[in-house]
Amino acid sequence: MDRKEILVELKKVLTPYTENKEMLEGISEQTDLIKDLKINSANLVDIIIDAEAQYNIEIDFDAAEKMYNVGNCIDVISDKINKPA
Amino acid sequence: MGNRVVITGLGVVAPNGLNIPDFLHAIQNGVSGIRYVPEYEDLKFNCQVAGLPDFEWEVLHNYISETSLYGLKGKGIAYGIKAALDAWMDAGNPIVTDQTLWETGCVFGSSVADTDVIKNAINRVDARESKKLGSRVVEQIMNSGVTAYISGRLGLGNKIINNSAACATGTQSILMGYEYIKFGMAKRMLVGSCEFVDRYVFGGFDSMRVLSRKFNDQPERASRPMSATAGGFVPGSGAGALILEDLDFALARGAKIYGELKGGATNSGGQKNGGSMTAPGPDGVVRCIREAIADAEIDPKEIDLISGHLTATIADKLEIQNWVKALGRQGDGFPLVNSLKSMVGHSLSAAGSIEMVAAVLQLKHNFAHANLNLEDPIPEILDIIGEKNLPTTRVDKEINTIAKANFGFGDVNACLVISKY
Repeated sequence: MDRKEILVELKKVLTPYTENKEMLEGISEQTDLIKDLKINSANLVDIIIDAEAQYNIEIDFDAAEKMYNVGNCIDVISDKINKPA
Repeated sequence: MGNRVVITGLGVVAPNGLNIPDFLHAIQNGVSGIRYVPEYEDLKFNCQVAGLPDFEWEVLHNYISETSLYGLKGKGIAYGIKAALDAWMDAGNPIVTDQTLWETGCVFGSSVADTDVIKNAINRVDARESKKLGSRVVEQIMNSGVTAYISGRLGLGNKIINNSAACATGTQSILMGYEYIKFGMAKRMLVGSCEFVDRYVFGGFDSMRVLSRKFNDQPERASRPMSATAGGFVPGSGAGALILEDLDFALARGAKIYGELKGGATNSGGQKNGGSMTAPGPDGVVRCIREAIADAEIDPKEIDLISGHLTATIADKLEIQNWVKALGRQGDGFPLVNSLKSMVGHSLSAAGSIEMVAAVLQLKHNFAHANLNLEDPIPEILDIIGEKNLPTTRVDKEINTIAKANFGFGDVNACLVISKY
């Protein structure tokens, strides 16, 4: 799965957590989950749980801390997909 | 002494009506919300009927944000949000959250946080999967979940309190809001309570043998307050909400006024002299009613209608005796008495607020709703207050003052008095 494909899937994961659907449609790797998409910081753990289920991966606490913008999320997800635990 | 407090908004989620117009129609026409619940037969409960609101989860899209709704599972919280926001809008207020309303608070009660949410947490944790619980569990298993959702949605900035006093909860929440306004601590209070009686709470009551079990095949006849053939109460679920305001505050914004909350009281018999964990002691009840009347500064003779606790257990008879003693009125001189539970069952924490909403509607529209299933009143009740005061069909007459009381486990009593403004 390349970064573009991951981004498409990631959009689906993020959908329930942002009211800003327009911005979500046009997200790039630079989009910040909290500042741009106005996602409640407490919901980041829900996004991680959903991403784990979506990609059948496990995201540890250290990796999760890096997931604050779309690019970081893709980094972590593609890393885990390519190196299954 | 103190500020006058008026009622300016109402909201309800009841087994016989999901909004004020439908609920008004239901109580005017004696519509029962009691249904047979197949799951309860499957669970081998003795009581297999309940008052369950015909709630559609989808309506919440009109009340809270999509992100907030996603992940919301607690039914009691959901009922509470809808009733509270309906009351807020009924009082003519817009839902805007870009500012904090420092003069407005919320007292909203509940008994048990949603056990479906708790069960999910228990199952996950015991399976060593706590990591998968996510961020939305804590806010729904905390008792104050309902006040947190309501106050956050409306930006309420005054006192935000979740109260709990078993079946006196709703009455007590209204009283607390009234007191904050009366003594100048708040200008406006959103008050009420909610309850979702899940299978576990239901099972606990069923095991106590205090629930109706002889009318499972005739659900609408199952809830029979003051009836000689009553054999226990029927659990109900729902929520009721009211907007209370300082009179001057309400007048200044040109609010419509349903009536005045004249006074109230809450106390306990201390579980002595007939009072216990599960039964209200007569001394405490009589004292509570008298204190409410004194606080309202009315003569007991002014009371046109009593909205009783009257659950359809052996306590009904004692309750009527207590009212007779507290008011010093009996026979034909006794006021009309009714019990909303004959239509919706006993919704525990939510009972006080739903019944108060019904009381305000009866005050506003000048009627006393029927007591369903009262074709055979308990003889001892007839002996002391007569048949005329126990309406079995709607009575249309001017209603100027209503006393409303509820009594809860722990021997906790609460009584309110409302009058026309």
